[in-house]
Amino acid sequence: MKPAMTSTSIAPAKPAGDGLRFYGVWLIGIAALVVLPLVFSSGGSLTSFSLIGIAIVFALSYNILLGQTGLLSFGHAVHYGLGGFAACHMMNAVVSHGWPIPLPFIPLFGGLGGLVFAIIIGWVMTKRAGTVFAMISLGIGELVASSSLILRSVFGGEAGITTDRTALPKMLGWSFGPQLQVYYLIAFWLVLSAIAMYALTRTPLGRICNAVRDNPERVQFIGYDPHVVRYLAFCFAGFFAGVAGSLAAINFEIANSAYLGAIQSGLVLFATFIGGTAYFFGPILGAILVTYLQLGLTNVTSVWQLYFGIIFIGIVMFAPGGIAGLLMMHRPLVRAGTLWTVIPSYLVAIVPTVALACGVILTIETIARYSGGDPINLFGIAFNPTSPVTWIAAAVLLVGGFFVARLTWQRIADAWDRAATVARDRGYLA
Amino acid sequence: MTAAIEVRAVEKRFGNVSIIRDLNLSVAKGERHAIIGPNGAGKSTTFNLISGHIKPTSGEVKLNGDLISGLRPFEINRRGLSRSFQVTNVFARMTVWENVRCAVLWATGHRYAFWKNVDSLPEVRERTAQILDDIHLTHRRDVPAGLLTYAEQRELEIGITIASGATVVMLDEPTAGMSHAETERAVSLIRRLTDGKTLVIVEHDMSVVFGLADRISVLVYGHIIASGTPEEIRRDPKVKEAYLGEEAH
Repeated sequence: MKPAMTSTSIAPAKPAGDGLRFYGVWLIGIAALVVLPLVFSSGGSLTSFSLIGIAIVFALSYNILLGQTGLLSFGHAVHYGLGGFAACHMMNAVVSHGWPIPLPFIPLFGGLGGLVFAIIIGWVMTKRAGTVFAMISLGIGELVASSSLILRSVFGGEAGITTDRTALPKMLGWSFGPQLQVYYLIAFWLVLSAIAMYALTRTPLGRICNAVRDNPERVQFIGYDPHVVRYLAFCFAGFFAGVAGSLAAINFEIANSAYLGAIQSGLVLFATFIGGTAYFFGPILGAILVTYLQLGLTNVTSVWQLYFGIIFIGIVMFAPGGIAGLLMMHRPLVRAGTLWTVIPSYLVAIVPTVALACGVILTIETIARYSGGDPINLFGIAFNPTSPVTWIAAAVLLVGGFFVARLTWQRIADAWDRAATVARDRGYLA
Repeated sequence: MTAAIEVRAVEKRFGNVSIIRDLNLSVAKGERHAIIGPNGAGKSTTFNLISGHIKPTSGEVKLNGDLISGLRPFEINRRGLSRSFQVTNVFARMTVWENVRCAVLWATGHRYAFWKNVDSLPEVRERTAQILDDIHLTHRRDVPAGLLTYAEQRELEIGITIASGATVVMLDEPTAGMSHAETERAVSLIRRLTDGKTLVIVEHDMSVVFGLADRISVLVYGHIIASGTPEEIRRDPKVKEAYLGEEAH
């Protein structure tokens, strides 16, 4: 049986409201970037916003590879780091030669740093996709990271290359000493890069990147060389990763080997995947969440990486589309007007699911802090990790939470099936 | 007049096994040519050899008089040869519209352009709309290709194949797995869309073959044992013995 056709899918032209909504989303995003530091003006939040901005550019650049072209890279931080080093060297050169280049132009040179390396190394790397590409990217990542400690003249060894962003020529009276000014510089490049990367997805190359992701074999039979497509995507990803790295270099006034390493490469993969690779805005959500968690969790617990791992495994297993995928799953339901039938089952599931999460946290923290004996502070309640009361509480929450939560999840699945079937019958597939 | 496709003494070996041996095939321009043969005869391999999917061990393939054996698939495609696949081979996560549009892009000269907005290329849009109309999938344009019904995916497969405007079109079992009504629909679609082009088709359904083809080649164990008009093939004793069996009576 063919699904019923809807008026929206018959109409060849998109309704005018779509364009308005499209630009509206971008304008709201830009307005939020402008207003945020005025609302949350503390030094801590300015630093957080700056780091989030950098992470977004980096994650979006990574998604040119992973989400758009289907290339899984384990060494994307190489371009980020080289962009950072290029920016530091450029800033120092500007200062020592007295060139009239103000700070806001520096990310362009950082981007070129990432791009040049991508141009050199990319042709060999992108010959094959899949496992071969992933393994080579891992190797190149390790190679460059270890070189950075050996080639001291370029990378400055352990100490890295330092720079002084305020020594560059002023622009519009801005010295870029205060964090607020650096934030706006990052926000400016974030907007510029995001628009450029979005526009890239709307070009012939961007569309063919998706085709290569879906079916590299068939692409060859519509006239395209998938190797060239992957190479070009790799170069663009390298450029924008370099921009992100140079923003980090400007923010911290240093570039060192940590920028290039496997941890940085892992974090960007993590952020992009958690956010969701199938939608352009996915990596933005992922970068915000991961940076925020990273900043927040490190203050609260010493085993924060464990929580990252659990979140990552959970997303991979239960929501491979990431946060964006989870959100967009609801679109056909919203359009068909059946979302309200699912909401009650969500509300019912909240309590046991939160209890289960508390049980997991309490268990992990009890094990982590058992020998040290530091108290666990969970929502204002203090637990002693050596006390059997804590163990019992953890076990009850964990086991009880799991069994009750599983029932409520089943209810969600049932309600979801009914709502989705209705939506499909009404012709809303996505 | 040079032939559209000229296959001369092509051999394909995988290790010691000869899949294709001394293959000779000539397809005239504008001809509808069917390749038939029992399962495992090497029909799909022949397609793969001509379209560059695999390289011949020896022998040569010419397209409109130019040597193409040894070229890569996209180079052969750019010279005006397009093929479909026996197993549906579309861009599953992209919409029907995007599938066809991707196939139109190279032929309209946009190549790897990253400075043009793909939505504001009028000739691409018109051609894509025309092809969607031709394959009767306009009403499904915004559906991801992976969610189409089987018959619709087969039609999309044909749409992608003809989208580049290639003059030589090769279809590998376009009606495989279709119902009788769907097959009739597909055949009239193929007839219409390949009008004025050279068509090479692999097909198991004999009513399709004898209704559509100007000439037929019979492939058995990697070797063409007969080539001729449908009438000649029907009468050929070698074909009767090797392939058609009681169907020929």
